[in-house]
Amino acid sequence: MSEHTILQVQNLKVNFDVSSEGDMPWTKAKKLQAVNNVSFDLNSGETLGIVGESGCGKSTLARAIVKMVPADSGKVIWFGNDLLSLNKSEMRQHRKQIQMIFQDPLASLNPRMNIGEIIAEPLRTHYPKTPESDVKERVKDVMNKVGLLDNLVNRYPHEFSGGQCQRIGIARALILKPKLIICDEPVSALDVSIQAQVVNLLMDLQEEMDLTLIFIAHDLSIVKHISTKIMVLYLGNMVELANSDDICTKPRHPYTQALISAVPIPDPSIEKSKKLKKKEGEITSPVDHPSGCVFRTRCQKAQDICSIEKPEFKEVSSNHEVACHFHD
Amino acid sequence: MSFLEVNNLKVEFDTADGVVSAVNNVSFSLDEGKILAIVGESGSGKSQTVFAMNGLLDHNGRASGSVKFEGKEILNLPSSELNLIRAQKIAMIFQDPMTSLNPYVRVSEQMAEVLVHHKGIPKSDAIQQSINMLDAVKIPDAKNRIMMYPHEFSGGMRQRVMIAMSLLCHPKLLIADEPTTALDVTVQAQIMQLLADIQKEFGMSIILITHDLGVVAGNSDEMLVMYGGEVMEIGKTEHLYSNATHPYTQGLMSAVPRLDDSADRLVTIPGNPPNMMLTPVGCPFSPRCKFANTTCSSQTPVLTKVDNNDHYRACHVAVEDTL
Repeated sequence: MSEHTILQVQNLKVNFDVSSEGDMPWTKAKKLQAVNNVSFDLNSGETLGIVGESGCGKSTLARAIVKMVPADSGKVIWFGNDLLSLNKSEMRQHRKQIQMIFQDPLASLNPRMNIGEIIAEPLRTHYPKTPESDVKERVKDVMNKVGLLDNLVNRYPHEFSGGQCQRIGIARALILKPKLIICDEPVSALDVSIQAQVVNLLMDLQEEMDLTLIFIAHDLSIVKHISTKIMVLYLGNMVELANSDDICTKPRHPYTQALISAVPIPDPSIEKSKKLKKKEGEITSPVDHPSGCVFRTRCQKAQDICSIEKPEFKEVSSNHEVACHFHD
Repeated sequence: MSFLEVNNLKVEFDTADGVVSAVNNVSFSLDEGKILAIVGESGSGKSQTVFAMNGLLDHNGRASGSVKFEGKEILNLPSSELNLIRAQKIAMIFQDPMTSLNPYVRVSEQMAEVLVHHKGIPKSDAIQQSINMLDAVKIPDAKNRIMMYPHEFSGGMRQRVMIAMSLLCHPKLLIADEPTTALDVTVQAQIMQLLADIQKEFGMSIILITHDLGVVAGNSDEMLVMYGGEVMEIGKTEHLYSNATHPYTQGLMSAVPRLDDSADRLVTIPGNPPNMMLTPVGCPFSPRCKFANTTCSSQTPVLTKVDNNDHYRACHVAVEDTL
């Protein structure tokens, strides 16, 4: 941990109880391990990208950090305080500094509030004594920052396009001047030409306002663009964590390698000659994890030891951590 | 004569707020055994183009123009005649495999129905053929899994079921409307590989609708770029990727983040997608185009030949100026 570390997540575990078809009311619910022993440090000004297939626990991890879902064990240390041990009112003090942006831009805005009210709401909630003129000023200010004309303040969400709605979501997250913004698939619902605008905006704002970001997406090429380091999750387990360039150019875990080879590159000469790193099958059920290494059922390198012993998540070269018995 | 020829296709919808023209003067042709990709952002009219061809428009939609399939005009045919072509010669798969399958009916029933209805063969034979087809799309243990309900399959497997179902009558043309958009990137790679294998095996033509330029690059012979209901540029895929001359195609290609590229900032196309409620005047892309001049906002450009590689584009700006 360095002096710039603002967030430390240690051995975070989130389990859900699930019942399956045909269960009797008294049947003991099965445990779904959504997030399993995730640990990382985040320094001020950095962007951590989290990638993985659907169902790998990326959103649950993000939500557990801000206590939107309860964690079973572990620690989330934010400027020295363990958020998981705080009560509601103590937590509220820290919530101001951690904001979120969600995937579906329209669904995350209240259709019956105009956008001025939507953007001002966090400010009114956390600082109810702010004079009305200041609130208006701050709303205008933050709208300009995200590239919205401030005369649109009385419009309603349905009057905006997807890209503009996402800008409104970003403005709402920024108005409290947070230190950390957790972006949960912020561009997946947007068209390509709009995605680029929003990603550039986030990068500009990060520089301007000294923000730290956690950026969740399933599209590795976008994550690579914005992140300083990238974590790859599989079935709730960390399989690789390294600088973003290292992950993309020198992936060392078989899963990361397969994930990268599956990303199509918009160039026919590369794409048509590309040989897929065969990865048969799909992500397995998170309810019954395979024994040993979680990825072994789809892994080409898997050997006997992989089903017996769970590989330790360890540093294999400087700042490059991998959980695999046979990493490259 | 081409295998499929679409000429001046126009699709309009009557809505409470007036007439929306979703597709304007779209023309293209497709040869047998080729894969054509239709690329565009949401609202560009790519799906409505193929819906119109298949007679699948909503009740308030109208199509005009001409769609010739194997030399026969099929646009606006009555359902009784279209049904002889649909599924038997032209099959379609959709974006969301869960909503395209009936959740209450076993896969075996849904698949057999296609053959019983279109080919009139006994149900037991139909089920046997369906099992063979599930084998062909690499669903393991097809014999037992065919008795399952759609929700018992994963997303990727459901899309395989859809593909198997569409192939039952050995169609000559398969229309795939965003077949991998709802899937994870690893599963997407598997499904695209499967489509490529099957296309070779069955020798059919495919129209692939997608917004993902990466998918287009690896899986098509020709591509057609649409924006605001109109064709912007059309050409051979490999040629177009290195020689795009339409400002929109160029913008789209540079806006895609690439894994093999380390540029710090993404190139963006400023502005927002067009509002299709407003009747477009001039080129639909002109409000966002950096080369736009006064002609662009008053006259609609027509498709003109760029070079001898079957490369056409609709743009008023000279090719040299956009390079």
